Amino acid sequence: MSEPILSLRGVNKSFGPVHVLHDIDFTVRAGEVTALVGDNGAGKSTLVKCIAGIHPVDSGEILFDGKPVHIHGPRDAAALGIEVVYQDLALADNLDVVQNMFLGRERLSGFLLDEAEMELAARRTLASLSVRTVKSVRTPVSSLSGGQRQTVAIAKAVLWDSKVVLLDEPTAALGVAQTRQVLDLVRRLAEQGLGVVLISHNMNDVLEVSDRIATLYLGRMAAELPTRELNHSQVVELITAGRSGDLGLARPDVVTI
Amino acid sequence: MKATAEAPEAELAPQAVPRRSGVRRALDAIGVQNVSLLIALVALVALIGSKHSEFFLLSNIEVIGTAIAVMGLLAIVETVVILLGGLDISVGSAAGLGSVVSAMVFTHSGATLGILAALGVGLLAGLVNGVVIVYGRVNPVVATLATLAAYKGVAQLVSNGRAQGYTGTDAAFVFIARGAIAGIPTLIWILAIVALIAHLVLRYTDLGRNIYAIGGNDTAARLAGININRYILAVYAIAGVVATLAGVLITARTGSGQPVSGSEGLELQAVTAAALGGCALQGGRGTIAGTMLAVIMLGVLDNGIILFGVNPFWQNVARGALLVIAVVIMQLRSGERRVGMPT
Ligand SMILES: Nc1ncnc2c1ncn2[C@@H]1O[C@H](COP(=O)(O)OP(=O)(O)OP(=O)(O)O)[C@@H](O)[C@H]1O
Ligand SMILES: [Mg+2]
Repeated sequence: MSEPILSLRGVNKSFGPVHVLHDIDFTVRAGEVTALVGDNGAGKSTLVKCIAGIHPVDSGEILFDGKPVHIHGPRDAAALGIEVVYQDLALADNLDVVQNMFLGRERLSGFLLDEAEMELAARRTLASLSVRTVKSVRTPVSSLSGGQRQTVAIAKAVLWDSKVVLLDEPTAALGVAQTRQVLDLVRRLAEQGLGVVLISHNMNDVLEVSDRIATLYLGRMAAELPTRELNHSQVVELITAGRSGDLGLARPDVVTI
Repeated sequence: MKATAEAPEAELAPQAVPRRSGVRRALDAIGVQNVSLLIALVALVALIGSKHSEFFLLSNIEVIGTAIAVMGLLAIVETVVILLGGLDISVGSAAGLGSVVSAMVFTHSGATLGILAALGVGLLAGLVNGVVIVYGRVNPVVATLATLAAYKGVAQLVSNGRAQGYTGTDAAFVFIARGAIAGIPTLIWILAIVALIAHLVLRYTDLGRNIYAIGGNDTAARLAGININRYILAVYAIAGVVATLAGVLITARTGSGQPVSGSEGLELQAVTAAALGGCALQGGRGTIAGTMLAVIMLGVLDNGIILFGVNPFWQNVARGALLVIAVVIMQLRSGERRVGMPT
C-alpha cells in the first residue's frame, strides 16, 4: 500500500439547511485508483467539488502530502496538482483540443500565445496516454464524440504534472468501446503514479479498475476498503443500505440527511 | 489544420509541428464566412461600379471610409461583447452622451479635456453596465436596454436636448474630422488602429483566448480558474470608452455635440455588422476581420443607395434584409436546430 497523497479528515458541508457531507474521512493514494461510489444524491459530486475548491468546506481538514492545505478555488487546487474531470464535461465547444487543454493556463512567449509549444505539449500528453482516438489536436471539440471529448478532458487533467486526478462519472454517457478506452486510460494514470479517484455507478467497471472502494451513504462514509476484499453484492448493499454484514455504518437506519 | 490528422504518436518528434499548405493556411486565416462576405462585397462593388463609375473615385472611397468610422468603432466593441456571450445595445446612447460631453467640456476647457472627459464618462457608463450584469445578475440585453434609455436621457438632460458647443473651428476636432496622415483620413486611421488592436488581442493573447472561452462555455471557463466577472466588467468598460470615442468623432464630423441625432440607431447597425460578419449571438464565435468586412459592406451599400438616387429610407430596409439573409445562411450552414428539435 502506497502513501496517502490526499486525505480528508472530518469534512462537513451543508447547503443552507441541507447537511450534505457528514464527517467525511477519505484517502487517496498515489498509484492507486480509489473508486467513490454511492447512490444518486449521496454527495459524491459535492465531495469532489469541495476538494477542487468550488465549494468551501464548513469544517474538517484537507491534507495534501501530509500537510494541511486550504483550497479556495480551482486555481489553488491546480497549484497543488489536483485536477478534476467534471460530470458535465467542462470543455468549450467553440475551441479546439489544444485550446481546451490549456484553457485558463495558456502558455505565452512574451505577451503572445505560444501556439506551437502548446500544440506540441498537447500531442505529447495524448501520446503518453497512448490516445489514438483523437486524430487532430486542432479539431474543434464540438465535432468530437462523447468518448473523444472525455479523453480530451482527462488528457487536460494530466497535462499539468498533476498528482491527483478526480473523475466524476467519466463513462456515464459512453458506449461499450468508448467506456473501455476511458477505463484503460484511468488505469494508465494510476500506473504513471497519480492518485486517481473514479466516481461511477457501474459496479463492474468499479470492481475491475479500482484498488480501493469508498462508499458514501446519505452523505456519510460507510466504508473504505480494498477492492479485493469486496464482492459485487457487498458493494451494492453498502450503497443502498449503508451496511453489509459487519461492514459499513453501525446504525444506518438512524442516519438521515 | 488538416495536415495534423495522423496518429499522435507518429508525430512526437519535437520538430514535427506540421506546416500547412499556403492556400489552406490563407483560407484558415480568412475563414469561410469571410470568404463569402468578400464574394458578396465584390459582387456589390461590381454592381454599383458598372452603373456609376464615380464609385471608384478616390474621393468617393474616402467618403465611404469616413462614413463608416463611427459605426465601425461600435461594431468592433460590439463584436468583443458578443464574443464574450453578452450584448451591449447601449453603445448608441453612450456615443450620444460622449458627443455632448466632449462638446460641452470643450467649450469650457478645450479639446483635450473635452475628449478625455468624454472617454471618462464612457468608462463609467460601461462599468455601470458591467456592474448591473455581474452583480445585479441581470441579462445583458435587459441591462443595456435599460441603460440605452438612461444614457440617452442623461445626454438630453445635460444638453437640454439641443446641439452643444461649436467645435468646427478647433484645430484638434478639425484634424479628427477632415485631417489626414500620410494621405489617409484621420477617421480611417482611428478605425483601423482600434480594429487592429482588437484583432491582435483576440487572436494572439490569452486575454482574447479567454474571451472566446467564456463565450463558448462560461462554466468551463470558471472551472478553469478564469475570473469571469473581471472579464465582463473590463469588456463592458472598454465598450463604453470606445462608444464615447465614436461620440467624439460624431462631434468632430458635425461640428457640435449631438445628444441623439448623430447616434440614434447606431447600436442596431453595430449588432447588424457583427452578426453579418459571422459573430454567433450566443457567443464564442466571430472575428474582427469578419466584422470589418461587414462594416465595409454596409458602407458600400449606403453609398450605392445614394449613387443610385434611391430614397434613403430604403437604407434601413436594405440593411435589415442583408442581416436576415446573412443570419439565415449562417444558421443553415452551422446546422442550427429547428425550434424544438432535440439536439
Ligand atoms: N449547490 C447546491 N445547493 C444545494 N444543494 C446541493 C447543491 N449541490 C448539491 N446539493 C445537494 O447535495 C446532495 C448531494 O448531491 P451530489 O451532486 O453531491 O450527489 P451525487 O452523489 O454526485 O449524485 P449523482 O450520482 O446523482 O451525481 C443532493 O441532495 C443535492 O440536492
Ligand atoms: Mg454527481
